[in-house]
Amino acid sequence: MADVFKGVEPMVYNSKISVPYSWWAGDTASKFFISLRDDQKIIAPRCGTCGKVFMPPRKICPACFTENTEWVDISNEGTVISYSVARRQLESIPVDKKTPVIWGLIKLDGADTALMHYLGEVKPEGVTIGMRVKAVFADSRTGTIRDISHFKPVK
Amino acid sequence: MDKAAIIGVGMTKIEANKQRETFADMAWEAVNKALADAGMTIDDIDNVITTSSDFWDGRTISCMAVADASGAADKNTSCVEGDGTFGAFYGYTRALSGSYKTTLVTGHSKGSQCVSSLITNSSFDPIYERGLGMDMITACAMQANAYMDRTGLKPEDMAMVSVKNHGNALKNPVAQLPMKISVDDVMKSEMIADPLRKLDCSPVSDGCCAVIIAHESVATKFKQQPVWIRGLSFCTDHFFFGDRDLARSKSLAEAAKNAYSMAGIKDPKKEIDVVELYDAFTYQELLWLEEMGLAEYGKAADLLKAGHFNMDGPLPVNPSGGLLAGHPVIAAGLYRIAEVVMQLRGDAGAHQVKKAKTGLAHGVNGLCGQSHCVWILDKER
Amino acid sequence: MAKRVAIVGTGQTFHKSHRPDVNGQELINEAVQRALVDANLKMKDISAILIGNMDHFEGINYVDCWSVDGSGGVMKPVIKLTTGGTTGASLAIGGYHMVASGMFEKVLIIGWEKNSESDTTGAITTAFDPIWDRQVFAGAISGLAAEAQGYMARFGACDRDAARVSVRDRKHATNNPHAQLRKEVTLEEVLASPMLADPIHLLDVCPRTDGACAVIMANEDVAGKICSVPDWIWATAARHSYTYLGDGDWGRLTSMEKCSKEIWKKTGIKEPRKEIDVIEMYQPYSFAGLIWIEDMGIVGHGEAPQYIWDGNTDMGGELPVNPSGGVIACNPIGATGLIRCAEAAMQVMGKADARQVPDVNFAVSTGFGGCMWTDMLLHGKKKPN
Repeated sequence: MADVFKGVEPMVYNSKISVPYSWWAGDTASKFFISLRDDQKIIAPRCGTCGKVFMPPRKICPACFTENTEWVDISNEGTVISYSVARRQLESIPVDKKTPVIWGLIKLDGADTALMHYLGEVKPEGVTIGMRVKAVFADSRTGTIRDISHFKPVK
Repeated sequence: MDKAAIIGVGMTKIEANKQRETFADMAWEAVNKALADAGMTIDDIDNVITTSSDFWDGRTISCMAVADASGAADKNTSCVEGDGTFGAFYGYTRALSGSYKTTLVTGHSKGSQCVSSLITNSSFDPIYERGLGMDMITACAMQANAYMDRTGLKPEDMAMVSVKNHGNALKNPVAQLPMKISVDDVMKSEMIADPLRKLDCSPVSDGCCAVIIAHESVATKFKQQPVWIRGLSFCTDHFFFGDRDLARSKSLAEAAKNAYSMAGIKDPKKEIDVVELYDAFTYQELLWLEEMGLAEYGKAADLLKAGHFNMDGPLPVNPSGGLLAGHPVIAAGLYRIAEVVMQLRGDAGAHQVKKAKTGLAHGVNGLCGQSHCVWILDKER
Repeated sequence: MAKRVAIVGTGQTFHKSHRPDVNGQELINEAVQRALVDANLKMKDISAILIGNMDHFEGINYVDCWSVDGSGGVMKPVIKLTTGGTTGASLAIGGYHMVASGMFEKVLIIGWEKNSESDTTGAITTAFDPIWDRQVFAGAISGLAAEAQGYMARFGACDRDAARVSVRDRKHATNNPHAQLRKEVTLEEVLASPMLADPIHLLDVCPRTDGACAVIMANEDVAGKICSVPDWIWATAARHSYTYLGDGDWGRLTSMEKCSKEIWKKTGIKEPRKEIDVIEMYQPYSFAGLIWIEDMGIVGHGEAPQYIWDGNTDMGGELPVNPSGGVIACNPIGATGLIRCAEAAMQVMGKADARQVPDVNFAVSTGFGGCMWTDMLLHGKKKPN
């Protein structure tokens, strides 16, 4: 392959798209984050038509296509639906996380859909689909999804 | 409804790093190959659809970079963002809309120029998910775990897909990764995200593909034998993984059902002769085949083991080597269409399969196969 | 056989500079729900969805996939079109062809943008070739200034002529409850506003906006059943030629000339100035209001300033332009071209309320973007032959 460049000096211009973003969470997500930050409580909206409880919270029920107005408290505990373990330090992984990083899809008791988050205090080999986990809140909370530090196995 | 056919295809070689070619250079090559294949000049083309992604190209309005090289200057043109099968779908509707007769469709990508982990991380919801740091590989690992848990399959079962597709690529001159490997080689390759090892994942690739779609009134006017579009459909599932059944793909089942129905196909297992599908990861070939009704759920691996999907088997799947042997994102689905066209025409050369009358091409948008596009192509009208 | 296609419903958000109360999906949903109400349809009636925006304004990859909770796209065909500023108009043209082909009976078309979420100019700058143009030419306004300078030099117009266009559009916007800027401005205020890129003043250009627009198109088999006066699409055209900035004919919009000639020819329009009743033009700055109606063939080259000073393009004039207030009053970029299409449709359907032009038989809507690109649609009250 090396001789592809024989007698050629290909010019490469290095750049990146560095546009700052500030995403408005909107009233629905804000309510959820404020509850996480201030009360360490997980709340979720419920569809008034079909009764489904959505995690992560959202304003519109995708099936009924109507606005969710009612909120319910849901449990800090749930079941792992599936999981993923990064062994390579992929570029997308936050700088404070070192491999192996484990993500889980967690269906909290009381919700009909599952939330994506970290699994912690467990080795990759110890993770199974169907295992029970519990939210561990971050000590310093700023109103983001990482106000939950991770989910740990329920002993 | 009127009918349309594909009357020309052009593919660049898929490579890890086309350092000497820009997006426009790649488009120029693929478009000219497609025109030559069809026996047309650019003046015979009356409209152009380019397919590109502003994220993958690192450029807002990414179509700007390739429009002129695709012959779109002074022609009616537009751009689809997403997999090439979707771009071709729009091109197909334009050929049938009464406004145009011949649509040139291109799709290009240079994975070598960007960091795919960051780009696919941008597909996650910015408010609830993105900061957790998942990307396409870790997401698909999550789907693979759900699939294995449901079906009882083992990583070794999925590894057979890698062995077959890299092996098929040995006979495909445009493939990036022709390799003679064993299940053991796959199982010993680097673990990237459990259960996906390096050889379970498609590579980072550069490439461009072009196809020409013609209305039936002009489909036989040019030198190339037309390959008829019998059925096509696309469908999108829920966005959040937690809303979907991640071990299944409901949207693919729906898209395939609708494409078969349009094509008048009653028993796809018997009526489809060759398949080119979007195997970005090994498990996907199995899951996609099952959701398209080409194997029972959880049973594709058994058929694979028995040689059913080999190049000389009853239903060859990815005789080109598929995405595992070269994955220029965005263009990848268009390559699938072009490969099926070559097979049905009998022009696939060393990787030609026997008795191919009806073929299926498949493309994917989004994470873990959220959105699928299915094409049924036929040698006969 | 190809099907004839009509717009049967439209919906828009109340466009604002910032919408902190909703995220992108929720913003989209507002427009979609209004379009469904307007057409008296339910989401289950919709056969397919086309959606578009400009990726780097929100930094969300695969927006078609991400937005399904808001767009209604779960278990439906959803496709994304993106062509820069022309995106909204390209979506309308896409919807037209998808329905005309016979593949879909009713499609929902969505254009949206939350320009408040990023640095608009920073994102636009990345449109240009990274090796050549990007390093020497920044954002959208420099190209527009080059066009304005070219036009003034070639045809002897001045910034006061352009300011008259701003005055017109801002006045029209007071009739449109969806517009972002609904306060009139005077010639003196425009000319005294800060100079951004000579000769363009702040009040000559569009604002940044959060907004969404949805349009429902249906084929001829059902359009008449859905609404009593559908807006029939007579023809569409698009020209997106360009590779490098130096390739432009600065001072003329050749893409507009080519699109309009194609549409007049396809539809047998001989005297557009007489036959067209209203124009909704994607006019991101005031000078375009002069230059582009010349390239459209409404008046001859150099004649636009007088034509506009005489009030011909004002409400009540011979050929009102931008009864909605246009882009100078409101610019959620990915939605903007589709808003023009929706506003033209409302004019034909007789639903434009306080901004209604009487007896509209033909309307034109356009999109502008990329590098001096044009998309164009001709709308009519009568079903095309």
